Amino acid sequence: QFRNQYDSDVTVWSPQGRLHQVEYAMEAVKLGTATVGLKNKDTAVLVALCKPTSELSVSQRKIIPIDNHLGISIAGITADARVLSRYLRSECLNYKHSYDSTYPVSRLITNLGNKMQTTTQRYDRRPYGVGLLVAGYDEKGPHIYQVTPSATFYNCKANSIGSRSQSARTYLERNLNSFLNCSDDDIICHGIQAIHGSLPTDEHQSKENSPQFNITVAIVGKNQPFKILTEKENEKYQKMAKEKGAPAGPPRTDDDDDPRPSAPDQPDAGPRDPQVVVTTEQR
Amino acid sequence: MLNNYNGLAQPLWQNGPTPGEFYNFTGGQAPIQKLPRELTTAGPYGTKHSTASITTGSSVLGIRFDAGVLIAADTLVSYGSLARYQNIDRVFKINQKILLGGSGDFADIQSIKRSIDQKMIEDQCCDDNIEMKPNSLAKWMTRVLYNRRSRMNPLYIDVVVGGVNKEGKPFLANVDLRGRSHEDFVVATGFARHLAIPLVRESKPNDRELTFEEASNLIRKCMEVLYYRDTRNMSQYTVGVCSAGNCAVEGPFQVNENWSFAAHIKGY
Repeated sequence: QFRNQYDSDVTVWSPQGRLHQVEYAMEAVKLGTATVGLKNKDTAVLVALCKPTSELSVSQRKIIPIDNHLGISIAGITADARVLSRYLRSECLNYKHSYDSTYPVSRLITNLGNKMQTTTQRYDRRPYGVGLLVAGYDEKGPHIYQVTPSATFYNCKANSIGSRSQSARTYLERNLNSFLNCSDDDIICHGIQAIHGSLPTDEHQSKENSPQFNITVAIVGKNQPFKILTEKENEKYQKMAKEKGAPAGPPRTDDDDDPRPSAPDQPDAGPRDPQVVVTTEQR
Repeated sequence: MLNNYNGLAQPLWQNGPTPGEFYNFTGGQAPIQKLPRELTTAGPYGTKHSTASITTGSSVLGIRFDAGVLIAADTLVSYGSLARYQNIDRVFKINQKILLGGSGDFADIQSIKRSIDQKMIEDQCCDDNIEMKPNSLAKWMTRVLYNRRSRMNPLYIDVVVGGVNKEGKPFLANVDLRGRSHEDFVVATGFARHLAIPLVRESKPNDRELTFEEASNLIRKCMEVLYYRDTRNMSQYTVGVCSAGNCAVEGPFQVNENWSFAAHIKGY
């Protein structure tokens, strides 16, 4: 990343019209392990890759339930994620207390986006260094949202964030058309297969034949409150996914996180907003 | 200091509880909720805000039928025993799915209706086709009314909230000034609670919901009984209908008055 005189403060614009602090915050998301979100007609699924930081520790919790109808998967600074999930839980609970109904997902995300935006416009705050994939179900059906540290949120058919997530996104792109009408079992298998490509290269090769890599799966949908699958269910779906076929995508290099090369007329290009290539739903 | 006859004596203790005053047990950790100045300051001649209602609406009756709800109220707002405003709609359409019938202090009804209308406009500004449901509005009103009563500044109202939810299932509830609420196939406020509810309960078959015709006939009959017996009612009334495809306030209708029985009453 390029150190320059415009990047020390979030309230300082660069001459190119960029807020470098916000862009640096988005880099933090790429440091987290990959996570995938996708949905079919009635169910939204989150799959997260759990890699412990050292042999001695247990892996971080990537999927956080927020309410019966909503949960998030995080990539980036866990402490920031904790603060955001506490806020989301509080909002959902207050809404339920006042209105005897679950918070509509689109409105909750707009609310969160507005809260996160203040941190990009005040000199005494910094942007939240965490990206979220939100899976929720309400009267309008299942939703997958991607929330970035720049306080932008995208309504997605499917998406993936975190390190080495590009291969997962490629898988999702390739299979997008089959998601809407597939069964709940199939959509979970798709999620597992998508994240398979985001394993670090050495694990990818050695564990080709052993299907148990360390992932967390969560589902939410019609008549299905938000639930993180148990170990047994995890095993069952991983086996199912393996039987369905080889994971999609050729082996790829490690620094494929920037989905596009920088535009040639911008000498100071640097990091860009994650281009949501696939998957933004048209309103 | 109260009852302190000796101006020179020291108080018995400092920084402790004072009789008659609120003692802050948290020691400053959590700030005491102080009522705003306009509610605690006494008026001229030492008057305080009262919990009496001034211009009032009388009864409201709500009946649930298989496909929706009917809410009826007469068009009178009284000033004590004076029939002051005789052409006021007391049943309101809130949105495509909710009706509200208001009784009690009418200024308070108008005040809370304004807050509700603001909520509906916020919903429209979100522009996402998500409408508030009747059970959500009823729950919100209980929270607001309970909060007001707990602050000793109630909205002196008794309302009927009715409508259909997204799947077309009817909802009918009564919320009162204390924040009490309950749901039933027939709810009413004021005199209708005593006169109309038993009438409707008797006519309801045990094994099924009422049909629209049965419910309408019951409304007609009850408004007639209320006009004869409640001295703060009048013969003109409006009825709100809310079902899956339709939400509207209809009227005004007239009660079929028949005072010929009066001639038979001895000493009349």
